[in-house]
Amino acid sequence: MIDNLPFLVVAITILLGLYTLLFRKDLIKMIMGISLIEAGVNLFLIALGYRWESIAPIFTGAPSLAMVMPTVQALTLTSIVIGVATLALLLSMVMIIYRHYHTTDVREVTKLQG
Amino acid sequence: MIEAFTLSTGFGSWNAVFWVISFAIALIIGWLIWSRGEKTYETSAEATASFLSGNAEPEKEAVHIRAGNLYWGYTDALSGYYRFIKPLHTGNLSDYFLAYLFVTALMLIVVVILK
Amino acid sequence: MDIILDNLPGLLIAIPLLGAFLTPLVSRAGDAARNIWVLLTVALTSLCGLLIASRVLETGTIVYTFGVQHLSEIIPPDSGGIPIRIIFTIDPLSAFMLIIASIVSFCIILYSLSSMEKLSGKDGFFTLLLLLIAGVYGMIATGDLFNFFVFLEISSLAGAALVAYRIDKGVAAEAGLKYAALSTLGGLLFLVAIGFLYVQYNSLNMAVIASRMNLTGLDIIAFVLFFTALAMKCGAVPMHFWTPDSYAMAPSAVTAFLVVSSQASLYALFRVCFTLYGGQINPLTVGWVMIILGVLSMFIGVTMAIPQKDVKRLMAYHAVSQTGYMLLGVGVGLAALSSTCMFNSVGMTALKGGLFHIMNHALYKGLLFLTAGVIMYRCGTRNLNQLGGLGHNMKWTMVFFMIGALAIAGIPPFNGFASKLLIYESTFLFNPLLAVIAMVVSILTLASFVKVFHSMFMGPKLPEYEDVKEAPAPMLIAMAILAILVILFGIFPQTVIDTLVAPAATALIDYHGYAAAVLGAQS
Repeated sequence: MIDNLPFLVVAITILLGLYTLLFRKDLIKMIMGISLIEAGVNLFLIALGYRWESIAPIFTGAPSLAMVMPTVQALTLTSIVIGVATLALLLSMVMIIYRHYHTTDVREVTKLQG
Repeated sequence: MIEAFTLSTGFGSWNAVFWVISFAIALIIGWLIWSRGEKTYETSAEATASFLSGNAEPEKEAVHIRAGNLYWGYTDALSGYYRFIKPLHTGNLSDYFLAYLFVTALMLIVVVILK
Repeated sequence: MDIILDNLPGLLIAIPLLGAFLTPLVSRAGDAARNIWVLLTVALTSLCGLLIASRVLETGTIVYTFGVQHLSEIIPPDSGGIPIRIIFTIDPLSAFMLIIASIVSFCIILYSLSSMEKLSGKDGFFTLLLLLIAGVYGMIATGDLFNFFVFLEISSLAGAALVAYRIDKGVAAEAGLKYAALSTLGGLLFLVAIGFLYVQYNSLNMAVIASRMNLTGLDIIAFVLFFTALAMKCGAVPMHFWTPDSYAMAPSAVTAFLVVSSQASLYALFRVCFTLYGGQINPLTVGWVMIILGVLSMFIGVTMAIPQKDVKRLMAYHAVSQTGYMLLGVGVGLAALSSTCMFNSVGMTALKGGLFHIMNHALYKGLLFLTAGVIMYRCGTRNLNQLGGLGHNMKWTMVFFMIGALAIAGIPPFNGFASKLLIYESTFLFNPLLAVIAMVVSILTLASFVKVFHSMFMGPKLPEYEDVKEAPAPMLIAMAILAILVILFGIFPQTVIDTLVAPAATALIDYHGYAAAVLGAQS
């Protein structure tokens, strides 16, 4: 049971992020929801690599050779960096939208419809 | 060599080169007929002006039919369908996400249940 | 020379990335220097793409590892059995997509050199465009799932920034935001699916996962996440809402390449359905899901296109509709895999039709978007209610538009007819209703392009467009390249199918061959 605790937390985080994304009406809050989902996915990737009673995957002066999986840590680092770039782009677009539309309510930002 | 030009579906074939050649022959025949026409026709302004029962010809902008007025009959006939589907295309970003997650959920049900 | 030819897949990504990051530096030396630099970069990259494609079509799948000399060293001896190299697997289907990307990327850069002449912020524009091109090449060439995710995100972000480029009173920023937000959510769910697969099979390589796969519940959930994320990225109804918004507001050269980017996602969808899960999922169910998505896309795309007033939004709805044709063709091919006799009679033709349609669509849709861009460049408006009578002044643009419009409607002798004929004939034998819907959609496509042609080019010369000039020479050359290819592929379709499409279709259904090419070379 306690093995699966990280995955339970991941599921809760992603669901909270999806809830924020779908049911909040402010663009900035929706982007916070995307950030929550990203955090959940990163935690999921790291938790996939964990092995009981293992140490960090560094060979120099290692006390024992049972190590956690290193590949997922590389995946997570890449994903964090992509997430930073994505959030920066999304937030700058919201800033431009605010400057021209004077609102960040997602129901008002609908000039492209039909 | 002809096979290189022929698209063969499993059920028939289509050769575009024959089509182009027959189209060209048709154009040549049309040109031959046209060149035997009356060569002394003068195209002065009076001869080619449009006749509108003596009324003045309206402005160029009023004559050109704009895009919103074309296919009026089609849009009117399918107005029920358009009344359903155009409001579905709101510009609302939340609706875009809802549609995506709805299709994901639907497909999960389809693939898991109808294995 | 040999060392360059052996490392071409690496150069395919390295050249546009290097070109992209050095563009702001080179533009310090002036506009002409930057134009030459960008054109040279994309010409070299297209040359790389075409060379790789020709090598693959001659000698079979190329497997290229980053960082080792031979594929046998892919597992470093001291890593405890964990293969940690990234591999590019270029099989004939990837080669087919590489040819499309090479041709269209060269034409749009040539076009945008002159369409961006009087605008500001050009270093950012060309940097992002070269990054988008690098991202699309990476998506097509890679054989590794996480590498695909990285290139998917690169092309989404660069594409979204380019969509929002001319802010256009905030409307373009709204379109860019929608594209970026949806792509991010899709990418994150894609990453969750990669996690599900990694934890079971301990590898990120598509061929290794395909050979080790043993279908479990987690695998099915991962498949659904892959399928819907990639289907959303290529604009299948009902996840298509971002497509008209972003294609309309982007600069025209960018839109023509966003079409290729959507098709790279379509390629990945086929890769997941046929190769990654080859032989594991039920082809009838997934095939019918693809067919239903395709039919919905075709019909809703074209019926939403007819009442549009913005010419690029109309063309974007047509892009959704034509993606439906590709999904229909390949969906029939996938569903026909479930029974051997049906596959031998119908499935291969449908697959060939669907794949051929991808190439034809990239060519004629690129041509149409470039002509719409010329109209925007010269007349300053995209609103069909305000245009008219441009055929008097812009004769070449009118000819190119006619070629593109006849091709998309499926009129002989252009290339649209050849691929649509294959799709009609095979889907009619599979299920007649599908072929009837496809033909009705084709008629409606012709109707809406006749509407666009009349309201843009026909009619008397309007006073406000008295002195509109023809498009400048680089734009005309770019459109001419695409138009000539449209005509050539229409007059000689069997040659194209025999050399390009048939190897791609055979490689698509041969998932054992894909895995063997990567794993067999390992010994």
